Amino acid sequence: MSTTRDVTAVPPGSPPGGPPSAADPDLARHLTCLGDDALVLAQRLCQWITRAPTIDEDLALSNIALDLIGHARTLLSRAGRLDGTGRSEDDLAYTRSEREFTNTLLTELPNGDFAVTVARQLAYTHYAVLHYQTLAHSADPELAAFGVRAAKEVAFHRLHADRWTVTLGRGTPESTRRMQRALERVWPYTGELFEEDDVARRLAASGTVPSPAALHDTWLARVTEVVTEAGLAVPAPTWSATGGRSGLHTEEFGPLIAELQSVRRQFPGGTW
Amino acid sequence: MTAPTTNPATEDSATAPDEEELLAHFDALIADGETIEPRDWMPDGYRRMLVRQIAQHAHSEIIGMQPEGAWLTRAPSLHRKSVLLAKVQDEAGHGLYLYSAAETLGVDRADLLDALHHGRQRASATFNHPALTWADTGAIAWLTDGAAVINQAPLCRTSYGPYARAMRRVCQEEAFHVRQGYDLMRALCEGTSEQREMAQDAVNRWWLPAVALMFGPPDTEAGGADARTAALGAAVSRRAMAWGIKRHTNDELRQRFVDTCVPQAERLGLTLPDPAIRWNEERGHYDFTPVDWDTYRRALGDDTHWARQRIAHRLAAHEDGAWVREAAVAYAARTDEPAGAAA
Amino acid sequence: MSAAREGAPASWEVFLRARRGLAHQHVGSVRAAGPDAALAAARDLYTRRGEPLSLWVVRSDALHTASPDERDPYFAGARHKPYRYPEHYAPLTEKGPEGEHHA
Repeated sequence: MSTTRDVTAVPPGSPPGGPPSAADPDLARHLTCLGDDALVLAQRLCQWITRAPTIDEDLALSNIALDLIGHARTLLSRAGRLDGTGRSEDDLAYTRSEREFTNTLLTELPNGDFAVTVARQLAYTHYAVLHYQTLAHSADPELAAFGVRAAKEVAFHRLHADRWTVTLGRGTPESTRRMQRALERVWPYTGELFEEDDVARRLAASGTVPSPAALHDTWLARVTEVVTEAGLAVPAPTWSATGGRSGLHTEEFGPLIAELQSVRRQFPGGTW
Repeated sequence: MTAPTTNPATEDSATAPDEEELLAHFDALIADGETIEPRDWMPDGYRRMLVRQIAQHAHSEIIGMQPEGAWLTRAPSLHRKSVLLAKVQDEAGHGLYLYSAAETLGVDRADLLDALHHGRQRASATFNHPALTWADTGAIAWLTDGAAVINQAPLCRTSYGPYARAMRRVCQEEAFHVRQGYDLMRALCEGTSEQREMAQDAVNRWWLPAVALMFGPPDTEAGGADARTAALGAAVSRRAMAWGIKRHTNDELRQRFVDTCVPQAERLGLTLPDPAIRWNEERGHYDFTPVDWDTYRRALGDDTHWARQRIAHRLAAHEDGAWVREAAVAYAARTDEPAGAAA
Repeated sequence: MSAAREGAPASWEVFLRARRGLAHQHVGSVRAAGPDAALAAARDLYTRRGEPLSLWVVRSDALHTASPDERDPYFAGARHKPYRYPEHYAPLTEKGPEGEHHA
């Protein structure tokens, strides 16, 4: 069922606006991007469990991952209903090839040390708070209700990221060095969160979803505040990663997806 | 609560009650079914037995996260992934409830983990078995958590208050673990023949660890042929029961577990790997093969691949995280009131 | 080194208000370096189920305590003042100790 779609070249489609009851491939594609972000980041966080710096942190990271899987399920199942294929959340998570995933490269970056994970959480959660707070006012009632719930959850994830950023930034010389290095590592990948194509612009104009680009300045102001409080410098990367939204991923992504799908693919026709 | 601090009011009392009087009072509380609380006087042996038991239990929860945790990234549906994550997370939580209870006895979580990392204390050898397939996560939850529930339900009434309270939380949460494990196995049994085979294979490998290791060595004549092991076990159990730490013998609980599991396995259409299992009308229980403890002791040793692997995994996490914990302490010292620990 | 130890350096007692109308109840303890971290740890550990209304953490060494079994003077008197309890007196439905019940 899975043929690689060129996600950048969706023909100008259905008129946006209003709660879409029938097929809406544009919205489906957009929600798939968001759902993939949540799913892939959750998958990375799952890799921490039993390996975190403290058992308390195993608990904290698994709580965050659990919320993210919840977001992915809501977003992907809605996408499956809207894209005309009738695919379930699991069809989308487990049967697409890696080229069909449209998450940002940020979410798939290998975990690195704890500082890299914290830096990624900082970037993602500040974006997610803004994104879901805006989604809470969506013209689509289902998405609005989801936005309200998700905004509360990611607000707690943001507190977690803020606390660790400041703790590591102002902890020991080693942690300061690692945290600064982690920000440098992650920052070139943050720009992709705010990319938008014509479809996203149209959906945003109709009030269905937030405009990613419009969130950037507030995001930057907020993370700058935290990074400054941590006694660190906001990196000014000379390049910006891109490609995830069109299915062009890092080489590390293949193994991540292979692992995610391995059991399901091993038992064709299985029930779970 | 952490190590009890001495109340100044007791220090200057001229006539400290002698140990005999304290012991009589302690025994009377136990006899009345009252709980013992952290600042009560208690015999050293009672305190030591509790620390050992609670620590071993806490370690087992933490080490027990590993076999299932390894499947978090491979769970075959997003629903199952959520459930497994919630379960592994509960295990971390149970470990922490129990470390917290142990700390009321004047020990420190850090010291207990240190003892685990360096082989002075152990986790249950149950988890020194590998989780080889997805079905193992179901078999572990259904069988070993099922065993844990039976083992632990009486501990909700154990004589030491903080332990009993921690166990009440643990037991409430374990009920979910067993049910989701059964549910997972049922889904496999209702699936393709390959899935059923995977389920049966997992049960074949997890039955013995559950029935043997989750309950400990035999401690009655019913426990098996090895009289010496049984006598040794019986002595320990008698002591623990006299203090109200334990409520039933290992063998009693083991029987209860077998009686619970056999009908469940039948409903699932799975075969428990013990040809001796059959209903004994006279006893009103299922017969089963007594655990061959001598053979099984090998699994208890530290010198198996998986025993070493579990500790190595835990130790690696601990060491990799050292710089993070140091940073947290340094940061707290800088920002809050003095954060130095009270010993 | 103490910082590298897990669960160092401070213990915090956790109190939870599970529902409206209930007092905060002691539920256990967490280990954390600072108050924010302690609160976050308590939230992750003790509120995974239900929707608790509020959470307190107090440094364990900041609690000054007294308990009944220390044979200290704190509680000795409480049991021996029966006149503090309603059972010491005749129910309001009776005339007196030897009175008759109202039908």
